[in-house]
Formats: sequence, structure tokens, C-alpha cells
Amino acid sequence: MSILRAEHITRRLTGEIDVTLVEDASVSIEQGEFVVIRGPSGSGKSSLLYLLGLLDQPTSGRLLLEGEDTSLFNEDQRADRRLRKLGFVFQFHFLLVEFSALENVMMPMRRLGALSASDQRKRAADILSRLDLADHMHKRPSQLSGGQRQRVAIARALANDPRIILADEPTGALDTKSSENVRDILRRLASEEGRSIIAVTHDLHFAEAADRQIEIVDGRIVSGGGAIN
Amino acid sequence: MRLALDIALSHLGGRRRQTLVSLLGVMLGVGFFLAVSALMRGSEADIIKRLVDSAPHITIRDEFRTVAAQPAELAYPSGAVAISSLKPRNEPRGIRQYRRHLASIDALADDVGGLQAAPILIGQAIFSFAGRNEAVTLSGVVPSRMMNVSAVEEDIIDGSLADLDADSNGIIIGLALAKKLSLERGENVTVVSPTGNIRAMKIVALFSTGNVSYDESQTFANLTRVQALLNRPNTANSIIVKLNDASQARDVAADVERTIGYKSVSWQEASKDLLDTLIVRNVIMYTVVGAILLVACFGIYNIISTVVLEKTRDIAILKSMGFHADDIRQIFVIEGAIIGVAGSLLGIAMGAAMTYALGQVEIQPPGSTEAINLPVYWGVDQFLLAASFAIGSAVMAAWLPARKGSRVEPVDILRGAV
Repeated sequence: MSILRAEHITRRLTGEIDVTLVEDASVSIEQGEFVVIRGPSGSGKSSLLYLLGLLDQPTSGRLLLEGEDTSLFNEDQRADRRLRKLGFVFQFHFLLVEFSALENVMMPMRRLGALSASDQRKRAADILSRLDLADHMHKRPSQLSGGQRQRVAIARALANDPRIILADEPTGALDTKSSENVRDILRRLASEEGRSIIAVTHDLHFAEAADRQIEIVDGRIVSGGGAIN
Repeated sequence: MRLALDIALSHLGGRRRQTLVSLLGVMLGVGFFLAVSALMRGSEADIIKRLVDSAPHITIRDEFRTVAAQPAELAYPSGAVAISSLKPRNEPRGIRQYRRHLASIDALADDVGGLQAAPILIGQAIFSFAGRNEAVTLSGVVPSRMMNVSAVEEDIIDGSLADLDADSNGIIIGLALAKKLSLERGENVTVVSPTGNIRAMKIVALFSTGNVSYDESQTFANLTRVQALLNRPNTANSIIVKLNDASQARDVAADVERTIGYKSVSWQEASKDLLDTLIVRNVIMYTVVGAILLVACFGIYNIISTVVLEKTRDIAILKSMGFHADDIRQIFVIEGAIIGVAGSLLGIAMGAAMTYALGQVEIQPPGSTEAINLPVYWGVDQFLLAASFAIGSAVMAAWLPARKGSRVEPVDILRGAV
């Protein structure tokens, strides 16, 4: 069974001019798979990612997360699944600047409330150490380099141990060395920890590390969507 | 809740200057609210206390609230008869059978939680001493009853009300009148009544209330002696009543009037105009100080709106992490509540200090010989009212921007930011 499965999903914005962001897209993501979504600017890559990440609701079609149909979920139900089952990494780190790296990573854990405060702290420190940030966990985002911030953002995405990580241009604002580092981390999360990684990227070098590439043009998937009946 | 509190504190800490201005706004609002309220309610309580303490709680007068039915009306109750040139019977003034009425009033004591009543005959007289004449009000009292009903005994500075019993020819005068006529306790003064009776009376006590005009014009003598002077034997023209619970005066006065028929006026009725004025004064006060707090709340609205605007990206990221709209709303409402609570605490401290300072100010009321401190009210209720109003308004002021923040669609922000 696919861990995440989109069946003919369409996202249309209605207004003075109707805009179709994603049209009839079908995608199947397996556990431990590293999938990259590629396409020209404005083709609907990020829109598809937001739909797969339950940040947006499809106008039509079905989206199944671990077999559960999320199409009719309300906002709170989607938020709840994001908290428990999904992790996000964005192009810009989007860390909360008033909090340290450790506190940023603890944030989703505190919201979930499944662990005690000391266990939350311990787990956050472990994740940061695994990403070579042990010496920086008490620093604020403004005291970290771009690559370090993005690694903290990855650590935060891993906070509640999600099986799916969604990344939107995770290397878009990084230098080459940092980009490779982030790519390797995401690759490892898929191959060694069995997490499914779905990343939007323009970076060909980054895309080459993926197990599969989904090509999207004008909101339509033209290749790599996976086996959907 | 703890997480929302931490985020709220981080937002406020990140905007220290604006937070401080908002805090100062609430603090000043609460502080001035308390100072003005303490002063207004203090003076109101003082005025009411003076009314209650200095005047009887109920005064029964020798008159009727409604004119008694005339014999012609009683004889022809439904007749269409016009009677002209009718003169009502000329009734002698005074409360007839006042002793019987006094007994029936005394009988109410158990039902109303205790009362004391005293008959008085009030008339005018002329004091004559060493070639000088002074017009005075002469009140005939029963000392044993008067002691329990009025504050006269407390105001006596030389002698006692009971001295009127010891010397039936005795009289008590104010210190101001004594000084004016160069009189002293133990000296005799000639008292002339409007009926022409003249009697030399001995000054047995002196009183001082601090009110010069009262002290110069009021005198007290034994009831039977005044009845004789005024040619009105066995008569009193008023009965005054003091209740253990002054707030019952209105109901008891109505009961008494129903029972004995004579007009019974409670202190609330007698001072209705003043009490109405106090209500108007309170409305004005709460409107003004409420407006101060309202202005402070605009400051809170402003800062929370600004924070929401600045933190739109953070809201989007928190929502993408799995925070619910309620969590976001809670964060900003907590920010308003923090400003409200902290501002209220500072305002309470400031208000208490201002109230204390006002309470130290000495004033000399017009007509009084003694200086008094400004009366201030220290009741906990006004502190609770000010704090609740400030915190409630702060939360309300934060609610609108908080609601706006909770409606942020993360996708809209993330799309725009990338």
C-alpha cells in the first residue's frame, strides 16, 4: 500500500479569473522513497506539494494518507495529520527567530504533547546532533549560517518522527556545499530511516539523488506519477 | 497553553518599546480609575455617613402626606354636590398622643433588628444675656431617649445630656453661641418664648459639632420645660428614629406612616436630591475613567495588530507544523491578557499610592471649624472592578487581531514568500 496516494486531484482557484494550479494529478508515493517534483517555474510544483502535504485542499479528487481519505477533512483534521504524520522543509528556513535551535525543534513536540518536557529536550538534542548541530543547539537562527539554519529546519521537520517529509526547494537558498549536505541528509532519511521524501526542486544535481522524478507542466503531471489505476 | 504563553512572551519581548507603551496605557488607566473612584466613593460614603449619623434615620412630623378627607366629603361620598366657602377645621399643630405612637414605634424594634425613638418639641426662642439678644432654636428632648437617637451626646464637650434630668431648668447650648454671648457652663441665661413666657435657665452643658451656624443657633432643654415655655403641654412636633440598620429606613418609615398616620420621612427620602446627584456623579465618573481605559485598549489593539502583521509568516509556519487556528488565536489573546494583567497590577500599585496620597490631603469644609482628611474609599471591590475591566478590555482588544491571525492561510503566505 502506498504511504501517500493522490487520485486525480485538481486544485482550482475561483475569482474574477479562474486559475487551475493542479489538474487531474495522480501520484503514488511508497515508504522509503525519495521523490523529486520538477518542472518549469509556475508549473504547479509547489501547489502539488502543498496538496500532498495537506496544506491545501483539492477542489476534486482523492488524497489518501496511509490509506486514510483526507478529501473531506476539515482544517483542524488536516492540521492534526500534519502534526503527527508530516514534516515540512521550505526554501527559506522559516525558523522562529525568538527561539533557539533546540526550542525550534521542540516546538512541534510541545504542540503534540506526547513526550515529557525532558524527553522532548533529549529527543530534540539527539536529532540536532545527528545533523551535526550539537554545538549550535542553543544558538538563535540569527547566529547560524544558511546551511545550519536549513539543517535545523530539517531537524524540526523530524521532531514528531513523521514518515513523510515534504521539502519545497530545500536547497534553493543555499551554496553548493550546503546544498549537497542537505541533499545527502534527505537521501539518508529515505534510504536509512525509511522515510518518504517528496521534494520540489529546480536543482538538477539534487534531483539526480532521487529514486524518482515527477515532471509537471502547466499543472499536469507528464511523467513519474507512479502506478495509479 | 504553556507553549502559547512562551510564544506570546517572545512576541512581546521582541517589541519591548511598544509593549511598554501599552503597559503604561493600561497602568495609567487603572491607576487613575482607582484614584478617582476612591475619591468619589470616599466622598460619597462620607456624605452618606454624615447624613445617616447626623440626622435621624426617620423623622415623623406633625403633618400628613395627604390632606385628610373633610366632613362634607365624608357625608356625601358619591354626591355631585358643590360645597363652597368651606373652611377645614383648625387643628392644633403637634403630634397628638405622641406617647402612644412612641410605644407603637418601640414595638417595631424586634421586627426591624432594633430601633430607638425619641420625641422632640422644636420651637423658637430668644436668648437674652448682658443686653444682647440671640434668636435660637429650642429643642425639647427626653435625655434618656435622645442619647440613643442622636449624636448630641458625642458632641458635648463639657457636661452631659443627662444633666438635663438632674436640673429640669437646665439648657445645653453650642460652644460658638457661648463664646458669642460670653457665657460659660453653670451661668444663667434668660430665655424668652414666642408666647411671651420668660424663664431663667442654667447652662448645664456645652457642645461643639464643628458646624458654626448650627453651634450658634441650636439649644436643647428638657421636653417638659420646653412644652411649658411654648404653652404646648403634652405635645411633641416630631419623633425621630434611629435604626440599627440604616438601610431599612425607607421600609420602616412606610410601616410607621401606615401605622400612626403621620408623615414619616426616611433619610433617603429627605436626601433624595442629594442621593440622585451622587448617582449622576458616579455615572460621569465611570464614563470618564472608562474612557481612559478604552483609550489604553486601543493601544493594545494596535500592538497586537502589528504583531499579527509582522508574524504572519510565523503563523503560516506554525500552521504548517500542525498548529490549529485556535492555537494561533490563543497566542494573541494571551498577549492581550498579559498586557492587561501586568498593566492592571502596575495600575493597582499606582492607584493605591495615589489613593494614599489623596487620603493625606487635609481640607477644611465650609462652615466647619475642624480640618479633615480627604475621605477615600479603600474597598477591594473597586480594585477588582478596575482590574477586571482592564483585563476584559485588553482581551477584547486582542481578540480581533487574534481572530485575523488565526484565519491566515499558510499556503497563501508560503506561496508569496518563496
